[in-house]
Amino acid sequence: MTRSLNLLGLSLPAVYRSALLFIIAITSPFFLATPAQAETPTKLYGVVTDSEGAAIPGVGISVVGPDGFSANVSTDEQGLWEVPILSKGGFSATINVDDLPEGQALTDPQKSTVKANVFMLGVDLRLLFPIGPGVAKASLLERSAQLTLDGILLGLVIGLAALGLSLIFGTTGLTNFAHGEILTLAGLLTYYLSAIAGLPVLIAAPLAVILGAFISGYLQDRYLWKPLRRRGTGLIAMLVVSIGFAIFLRYFFLFIFGGDTRQLPQYAGQAGLEFGLVNITPKSILTSTIGVFFLIGATLWLLRTRMGKASRAVADNPALASASGIDVQRVIRAVWILGAALASYAGVIVTLNQGVSFLMGQDMLLLIFAAVTLGGLGTANGAIVGSLIIGLFIQLSTLFIPTELKYVGALIVLILILVIRPQGILGKKERIG
Amino acid sequence: MDFLFITQQTLSATIGVNTIIFALAAIGLNMHFGYTGLLNFGQAGFLAIGAYSVAVPVISFGLPLWVAFLIGIFNSVIFALLLGVPTLRLRADYLAIVTIAAAEIVRQIARSATFNSTLGGSDGITGKFGADFFALNPFKSGLDTPILRFSANDLWVVITGWSLVAFIVFIMWIMVNSPWGRLMRAIREDEDAVRSLGKNVYLYKMQSLIIGGVIGACGGFVYALSRQSVQPDNYGTALTFFAYTVLILGGAARVFSPVIGAMIFWFLIVFIEQILRQGVTNNLIPDWLIGANQVSQIRFMLMGLGLMLLMIYRPQGIFGDKKELALDAKA
Amino acid sequence: MQKHSSGGSDFVSVTTQTPGSTKPDPILIADHITRTFGGLTAVNVAHLEVQRGSITALIGPNGAGKTTFFNLLTGYDSPNSGTWSFNGKALNGIASHKVARLGMVRTFQLTKALYRLTVLENMALGARGQKGESVLTSLFPWVWKAQEREIQQKAISILTNFKLIDKKDDFAAALSGGQRKLLEMARALMVEPEMVMLDEPMAGVNPALKQSLLEHIKELRNQGKTVLFVEHDMDMVHEISDWVIVMSQGEIIAEGTPTSVMKNEQVIEAYLGAHHDLDLSAEGDK
Repeated sequence: MTRSLNLLGLSLPAVYRSALLFIIAITSPFFLATPAQAETPTKLYGVVTDSEGAAIPGVGISVVGPDGFSANVSTDEQGLWEVPILSKGGFSATINVDDLPEGQALTDPQKSTVKANVFMLGVDLRLLFPIGPGVAKASLLERSAQLTLDGILLGLVIGLAALGLSLIFGTTGLTNFAHGEILTLAGLLTYYLSAIAGLPVLIAAPLAVILGAFISGYLQDRYLWKPLRRRGTGLIAMLVVSIGFAIFLRYFFLFIFGGDTRQLPQYAGQAGLEFGLVNITPKSILTSTIGVFFLIGATLWLLRTRMGKASRAVADNPALASASGIDVQRVIRAVWILGAALASYAGVIVTLNQGVSFLMGQDMLLLIFAAVTLGGLGTANGAIVGSLIIGLFIQLSTLFIPTELKYVGALIVLILILVIRPQGILGKKERIG
Repeated sequence: MDFLFITQQTLSATIGVNTIIFALAAIGLNMHFGYTGLLNFGQAGFLAIGAYSVAVPVISFGLPLWVAFLIGIFNSVIFALLLGVPTLRLRADYLAIVTIAAAEIVRQIARSATFNSTLGGSDGITGKFGADFFALNPFKSGLDTPILRFSANDLWVVITGWSLVAFIVFIMWIMVNSPWGRLMRAIREDEDAVRSLGKNVYLYKMQSLIIGGVIGACGGFVYALSRQSVQPDNYGTALTFFAYTVLILGGAARVFSPVIGAMIFWFLIVFIEQILRQGVTNNLIPDWLIGANQVSQIRFMLMGLGLMLLMIYRPQGIFGDKKELALDAKA
Repeated sequence: MQKHSSGGSDFVSVTTQTPGSTKPDPILIADHITRTFGGLTAVNVAHLEVQRGSITALIGPNGAGKTTFFNLLTGYDSPNSGTWSFNGKALNGIASHKVARLGMVRTFQLTKALYRLTVLENMALGARGQKGESVLTSLFPWVWKAQEREIQQKAISILTNFKLIDKKDDFAAALSGGQRKLLEMARALMVEPEMVMLDEPMAGVNPALKQSLLEHIKELRNQGKTVLFVEHDMDMVHEISDWVIVMSQGEIIAEGTPTSVMKNEQVIEAYLGAHHDLDLSAEGDK
């Protein structure tokens, strides 16, 4: 998902007014110019970056246009290239793929040429050549195997977060839009404990999970949700409260930690190990194994322990559970702590793999929701099944569609499955009357 | 502290372009959620479609602006149909999540590199697509008074925008007070009961979705035209959430309440931001607490907090009747 | 025992008192309707016919499948198998709102009064063929105003009949439980149904209102409508039903007049087995 600040558009009236005035000022000469005058400077330009976002200098771009126009340029230190044009019409820019460094290639080898239609002069057009990590060079089988593994790992992370969300929904009816922030908090705690407080990551991570379970689970239920439940706040009202809470937390994190993505001091750029067709880093092996145990442990807790069974009773029928002597509020507290622990661990994994930023929770949230809905809101198995499907779909879809659209594919699958089965794969249908 | 400047900025914002945009988005949501009970969290998608429909036909295909408006309305109807078919049979929670997903799909496609030749990619589209509209502007200079300040173009957008809002509110008022409106409110209460009276609930929900969506697309028209720019990341879920804030603030299920909600919303945002900004520049607020470029972050924190407090303590909004509370215990 | 004035009860003498018996003039016929949830069979009705113009009671212990059966017949749920017809028209796969339009209107066990609409609005909603409900014509009040006035008049007359007229401008939420039941029944009448299906109309209603409801149900029959209702209140069942159908564990185990059904061994066992209070002292004639 995007990492940019998508709220920049809601800028101050003063700021955008100034910007508008500025744009009007610099473009005002064009209002005065008649269409026949073609002297307004316009350019086609672009920035060539690799899959990590780093600039690639020295890449050749050749541009052809109407009336035999042609130009050849190279990208500079910042990966920037520009070609000034003087007329309207159809242009096309071709990137010289041989100039790309080892390991980087066009995400779609067919798209080495980009077309641009210039209708109006005075507006520069930016052209994009999407670059990915040498994707075109691997065989289909290798790619499929790697993507399947990546899909399972992604599904695992989503599943850890989704299980908590589904359990909380099941026992309290709350659709928690602030769930993603639990991941962000755990990631930020891990970063703080390791990079700032100096603890080794292997200690900081579990500590972050424990703190996350306490803060995001115990404290959140005790001081926010339980009082609201006691007030009899309706479910949709609580949903909106969770939205407000998510916004508040997100910008609070931004305020405290700033907007950059921070990597952990250790293990950030770990090399992968080859296992036959696939490549996996040691940290992924460790974290996913622990993750699987965590999931199994949570499922066993639900099935075998008293508290776990009580939570299923509460999810099924809170009034009846209460009448049978179950302390419903205690059960809900336990579910919150467990859910927060699982989600915090998911946040730790994501931080280990790609660093943490204030937007991490928001980026993950839609995927978590998609997984939980796909599997059936409120069911534990559904959350895990849905997460695996979403994870696999996101990764495997890149075999057929551009990488940047991989989330779109997963979301479309979600919508299609709900058309056929409105309660989700494992969800229960509501009875009428 | 320059209170005159603060007043001028705040009042201008209260009746300014952003208020119009959010009023339209929220009026659409009022139709969806306030009157029909549809938890549509994809309203940003309708605004995006309106915005791109204004820009793309003009810039990439050289069509006149009024044709672009028609294309925008047509596209939003299609999007509403595409959205409605899978979602209108879903429970509230599922509906919320699927509509967010749909709006995100729109945004992801809009900002994708794959379609960037027409849709502009992550940079969006900037251009003179509003030329036909601004050519009609009778104002040669803007408004520059101590309490209100607008550029010439902004003034034109504000005047036409509010006329559009007034027209839409009027139409909605007629519809809501008709048997059709009563049917919508009944669907909001209990669909099964309405079905038992022989009404085709699905059809009516679809009508509501389309109408509210077209109104949202009009918000997109204003958004794009006012800035002569369409940026895909402006149409994320945050836009929908803030549109809901506006709706709730005004008290859902009153026809004019989204308008008042939008005015209050932007009044508060700009006022708070101005106060904070001046507090920081005049060193009333220490630098170590809030830096100059952190003011907007504080603003969003306060918006989030405000939404929470609003829902907890006054969910009926400013004008709502507690009895007619739109957000009650049943999900 | 002849207290009925309409012809609806005359069929009693010519109908055999066995489950699935044929009726001389059935308005509703159902065959082999089954509905299973997971491994559990909720409904398994081999054959059922409901006599036109009669008041038929559907009784049985809790969990017998009565409401599920109602849901299946009226299109709120899909059966695993079976066919059924209303006035000769097959209802398989017909959506619930179309079933209502065909003339079969139901009420709900958990009252669905539309709380944030006024009583009068609740009533007006029920009217059929409203021009104002079309999205385009709603924009032109002069097209539907006249019809709306007629609808309001009709609503007022029914409300007066049901003694709810004083509450017409109150929100339905302000009514008591029993009044909401009355409202739901009154609203169903606005649809001008041929057959009214009441799901536990007496549940949660105080004794005074119960009598009122009973009279209204009898009045429905006087108007030529057919009534099928689910009930647990045996006195009520005994007092107004022409015919009783007993369900247990998804199947119909008995059919007949109230008196004979009460004496049926299988019926007694079904109830006692479910610890249900059955009026064992029913003498029949009152």
